[in-house]
Amino acid sequence: MDKEREEGTEQTNESLSWIRRFGIQTYDFLEQPLPMVSRLLLIIAAVALVAVLIFPLWNMTFFSNQYTDGLALDIYAYRLEGAKTPNRDDLREINSLNHYIGMRPLLESDFSEFVWLPFAVGGLMLLALRAVVLGKMSKLVDVFVLFVYFSLYSLWSFYYRLHSYGHNLDPTAAIKVEPFTPPIFGEQVVGNFTVYSYPDIGSYAFIIYGILLFAAIVWAWRGYKRSLSAAEAPA
Amino acid sequence: MKNLFKKPKFLWIFLGVTLAVSFLVIGSCSRRSALKQDKGGAAEAATLTYVAPGDLDEYYLFYSGGHSGNVYVAGVPSMRHIATIPVFAKYPATGYGFDKETKAMLGEFDWGDVHHPALSETKGDYDGRWLFVNDNGNNRVARIDLRDFKTKQILGPVPNVSGFHGGAFVTPNSEYVLAASRFSIPLPKGTAASVEEYATKYKGVVSGIAIKPDTGEMSTGWQILMPPYNYDLGDAGKGPSEGWAFWTSYNTEKAIGKLEVTSTQRERDYIVAVNWKEVEKAVQAGKTQVIDGVPVVDPVATPGLVYLIPCSKSPHGVDISPDGKWIIGSGKLQSITTAYSVEKMLAAIQAKNFSGEEDGLPILNYDAIKEAEVNVGLGPLHTQFDNQGNAYTSLFVESAVAKWKLGSWEVVDKIPITYNIGHLATAEGDTVDPDGKFLIALNKLSHGTHLNVGPSQPESTQLIGIEGEKMKLLYNAFTEPEPHYAQIIKADKLKPIEVYPKEENKNPNAIWDINDAKAERSGDAVTVKSILVRSTISPTVIEVNQGDKVTIHLTNIEQTTDELHGFGLLEYNINVVVDPGETKTIEFVANKPGVYAYYCTNFCSALHQEMQGYLVVKPK
Repeated sequence: MDKEREEGTEQTNESLSWIRRFGIQTYDFLEQPLPMVSRLLLIIAAVALVAVLIFPLWNMTFFSNQYTDGLALDIYAYRLEGAKTPNRDDLREINSLNHYIGMRPLLESDFSEFVWLPFAVGGLMLLALRAVVLGKMSKLVDVFVLFVYFSLYSLWSFYYRLHSYGHNLDPTAAIKVEPFTPPIFGEQVVGNFTVYSYPDIGSYAFIIYGILLFAAIVWAWRGYKRSLSAAEAPA
Repeated sequence: MKNLFKKPKFLWIFLGVTLAVSFLVIGSCSRRSALKQDKGGAAEAATLTYVAPGDLDEYYLFYSGGHSGNVYVAGVPSMRHIATIPVFAKYPATGYGFDKETKAMLGEFDWGDVHHPALSETKGDYDGRWLFVNDNGNNRVARIDLRDFKTKQILGPVPNVSGFHGGAFVTPNSEYVLAASRFSIPLPKGTAASVEEYATKYKGVVSGIAIKPDTGEMSTGWQILMPPYNYDLGDAGKGPSEGWAFWTSYNTEKAIGKLEVTSTQRERDYIVAVNWKEVEKAVQAGKTQVIDGVPVVDPVATPGLVYLIPCSKSPHGVDISPDGKWIIGSGKLQSITTAYSVEKMLAAIQAKNFSGEEDGLPILNYDAIKEAEVNVGLGPLHTQFDNQGNAYTSLFVESAVAKWKLGSWEVVDKIPITYNIGHLATAEGDTVDPDGKFLIALNKLSHGTHLNVGPSQPESTQLIGIEGEKMKLLYNAFTEPEPHYAQIIKADKLKPIEVYPKEENKNPNAIWDINDAKAERSGDAVTVKSILVRSTISPTVIEVNQGDKVTIHLTNIEQTTDELHGFGLLEYNINVVVDPGETKTIEFVANKPGVYAYYCTNFCSALHQEMQGYLVVKPK
């Protein structure tokens, strides 16, 4: 039995060598100190996140013959805001129109996102700075992985919100419509409205945060590779 | 940073990020491209609607003034407001509601809610004799004589009717003004039954107000006892459908409370088809019960009078095509307008092709009588017609008018309006012979598309040209609330007088000689016969004692166009305007002592300011 196992190990050694090498190299890379450029990118990234908290993340605009200027809804990390003029309150307007098809009113208090989203954004900001201070590659990779996870989760959460608003319609509503999902990105005709849904400055800042993190990793990776080839060259 | 940019990779990343961000920002900006309204060629529209000074409009537009209680008259295509005809409310500008006769006509009510004007018809075409209007508020119907544009009769409150909404519309030879109850109540009026008993104790009523063919005089006629649905709007059949009348009904759920929800649960409500010629026979045969003085037919006990036609839910308008072959019904909460074939309806009735019955009334088989479902758009309400076989349906939710073809049932054009159109009217569009040419959209909301006049905003009325394939928006007018429905009649069909001829004035209190102008006393009653003529009110002094009952008969002896004279009595809350050749009577008790001036309120002449006199009331 023992012999067989040893033989088997020997046979797989060759095929696994590149994986092992990758593992060792990754481990080694993650243990590297962060280059100054990467740290600088991280600081910029952390600052960029401030915009996520200040500016709207998403914007939805509803056009119809009655609203040729469009009813506008801005979604911030922590609140909903309809466009407001002395003559019109768009959030109120959207809610009163939606009630005919039995859609729940958009209420800030219904969105748990408005609690955890700013908290998570703050966390990402701190984690980026933590990587700068601790200066280790692994900390940066941690933040990036968290960022990717958090972005996808937030997008899913946003989609789920839209889906559930459009699918949990009051069956006693005056106007019966087929359940629908309002558009998360792009243009869609919903009843007599053409709805446009696009990310806004907050989301762009968030994307920039991700890009900068990725750039910081690429930068460090390039430096690491260069140092490896420099070390190999004399031998 | 300088060093950083020297490194090509960094520069690459930086450029990449910048590009990506700009792309997204530009992409998001494109959503601001608002939907532009087709305003049409301005010069063309201006030419089509311009009526030069001295020229006359081609059509009269009579549009309802809703809860103002008035009917307004405008010219088409200029859309200029020409006159206000007061009907259900006082109107000091013409003295309506201040003189004895009109005061008696208004009775105890200060307001009415004019909804649907209906021009009298002969053989299904406007004959230009009378205009009938309903009062949704106080259950009345009024007749305006188009010879002098004056309200001549107010009938009502009509017994048993509550919310006289489903009217007024006339039968093809003006046999009846038809109207129906919007708000069912327990009958007779005065009965109080709990709202919880709505489905059983409350009743709707469909009413045939009889019209005297020669004078237009209205009387209560007959009524039909109906289930407690809300009867909304109707139209009379013509041609192959003559003898029938159709009403839409909503809340066939017979629900109470929050109707917005409770009355919108069924997928279908009904158009009620009434064979009024058969109703007439039933009434003559005495198959009636008398409720509050009106012969009332029970269509359950007397079959063959009323049938239910399933219609998409909460329908508002039902309109009969000019040839009388199609019944067009629209469910306001769906996007479908249904065209029913009258021929198929009659065949289904013959064959008793019913899909069931409700409240004892047979329901016609929808599939057997439906000719087509036209996907006109969101919130279809009313349909009007032109002379080329097109139908025009107003779309409230969509704020648009859809043009579609009778027969091929295809939507061929759509035009956005500002905003939320209710009724629409085409030139002679509900007769057997529509003119086409113009369509008027009677919109509920103007949303500040006018000079700002504060929060109380006017409604918007838009003129749309319908001569070509595409509808063209020509003109925006703003109207006082509430233009529900309108009638557009070719101007040459009306031959109004401009003065009341002296020889026609049969008023026993009229005088034509200034020497006859004087006061006479009989006990504590003072009767004054007065003459108004440029530029004196005779007598120039009226002396009475405090507490006297004063009657003043005012005759304007002018026989010249536009020489109107007013009689305003200070602090006695009296103002009347007397037209040339007309006699009006005012009555009041002189309970305030002192001297009160009276004067001509309607500017008449160079010495208009001098046209005055004094009422001297001697204290007790």
